[in-house]
Amino acid sequence: MSEAMALLAIFTLAIFVGFEVVSKVSSTLHTPLMSGANAIHGIILVGAIIVASHSHTSLELGLSIAAIILATINVVGGFVVTDRMLEMFKGKKKS
Amino acid sequence: MSRNLYDLMGLAAAVLFILALKGLSSPKSARRGNALGALGAFVATIIVFFYPGEKGELPLDNLGWILGAIAIGVVIGVPAARMVKMTQMPQMVALFNGVGGGAAALVAIVEYIKLGESASFAAVLATVFTVVVGCISFSGSIVTFLKLQELMTTRPVILPFGRTLIFANLAAVIGVSGWVMRELGTSPLLILAGLSLLFGVLFVLPVGGADVPIVISLLNAFTGLTVAASGYVLEATLLIVAGTLVGASGTILTRLMAEAMGRSLFGTLFGAFTQKAQDATGTGEERPVKSGSPEDVAILLNYARRVVIVPGFGLAVAQAQHTVREMADLLSAKGIDVAYGIHPVAGRMPGHMNVLLAEANVPYEQLVEMEEVNPTFAQTDVALVVGANDVVNPAAKTTPGCPIYGMPILDVQQSANIIFLKRSMRPGFAGIENELLYDTKTTLLFGDAKASLTKVVSALKSL
Repeated sequence: MSEAMALLAIFTLAIFVGFEVVSKVSSTLHTPLMSGANAIHGIILVGAIIVASHSHTSLELGLSIAAIILATINVVGGFVVTDRMLEMFKGKKKS
Repeated sequence: MSRNLYDLMGLAAAVLFILALKGLSSPKSARRGNALGALGAFVATIIVFFYPGEKGELPLDNLGWILGAIAIGVVIGVPAARMVKMTQMPQMVALFNGVGGGAAALVAIVEYIKLGESASFAAVLATVFTVVVGCISFSGSIVTFLKLQELMTTRPVILPFGRTLIFANLAAVIGVSGWVMRELGTSPLLILAGLSLLFGVLFVLPVGGADVPIVISLLNAFTGLTVAASGYVLEATLLIVAGTLVGASGTILTRLMAEAMGRSLFGTLFGAFTQKAQDATGTGEERPVKSGSPEDVAILLNYARRVVIVPGFGLAVAQAQHTVREMADLLSAKGIDVAYGIHPVAGRMPGHMNVLLAEANVPYEQLVEMEEVNPTFAQTDVALVVGANDVVNPAAKTTPGCPIYGMPILDVQQSANIIFLKRSMRPGFAGIENELLYDTKTTLLFGDAKASLTKVVSALKSL
């Protein structure tokens, strides 16, 4: 299997996994789930770090650095805000 | 780090993301799921510094910049997420999604500059796709943020020739994309980015306030796909898996949300183009309503056997969760059966109201979902609607063509008495008049929800 085909296979299988894991979620959890998924795509941070490390011109470096800042806000803020939402759910379990 | 070890750690991070989404789908495991996702992101970020690529590990001269940028991101992101009020959470999610889309677009622009003549067609296509969709996600999310923060109107904004404009914009995006793909050049790419940003704005402007969460969810899925496309160009398997997971689960989630609101996705996105914006029926016309005092409300509640509280965003805005719980406790102590009827989209987003009430320690058993509470309204003596409007508006059943037509509602009109706590006669978020306010069994108590409830509580105590 060529490199491109292997990546395509991973992509296709991930689609099915994505569909499967959230297909039976109650509406109560829609907002935290969206927020959690939102945090996960902040992993573009890894891509931003890769391009930044190979940047040679100041334009490339500037754009990559901006991308790292934005991606970090996305991933860190996303997980923190999701945790805050879910903390509320835990509170009501006790009572 | 050897290539095999690197790939193995990347695989572990991907598995953590899958477990995170799975965990987030069930209330018991949700918090742990989120922690697993954060762990996955942490692992993925650490190992990239030991990336064993052809060009070796990260060159040290950029390392300072990279670590500095991450520090800035943390310093902005964490306090923003910690300090945001729970009522303003939806727009925070929109904003985080927007910056994620922006980051993906920037990464793709750098990738594009670096693409050589030898780049494969698929790599060029994936790069251009990421620039376009990332920019749409960025500007679209900013508009949803402005709408939710009420910095701009929450009504659908319909520009003159809006439909022509958006199709012309779309055609331009596709045309310039083709140009950018054939001749690699930086200036055409910037034109493309500009056109895509404009498209994001035009795409979200016509969406009405109540439908905004659906659009955020859709843009979230879009951003996921851009991350997957970036992963393809950078040959980073983890980005492909994580991005695709978000893209796929986001698509399902968007559909589930649209179903919970009784909307077709197409209608949500293009509704304002295909139907004229509905003027609120009967505005300007003075009609009699029955308004009561806090004491009247207290008496109605005191002699009820069953009370269903229908909380809406107005309750959250007034920070009245604690007061409403105090009142409910008081009624329960008098032997009255109390329940909260929770509409799936009460608040600003599906599940938002559950979060807000949980914050006020409302017992879990009292929160009843719509399907379960609806059959009980006929046996309910008093339905107390606190700061909600659209989710109880019978127009959703009776008036075809109105913006919320088809949305499932809480059938409060079947209960013996209805009490509305409202600030004014102003229509709800969707901007539609509610006929129920003029019903003979309806009593209105005007004022800030918290102030009104406090008065009702003291009246109840003195009874």
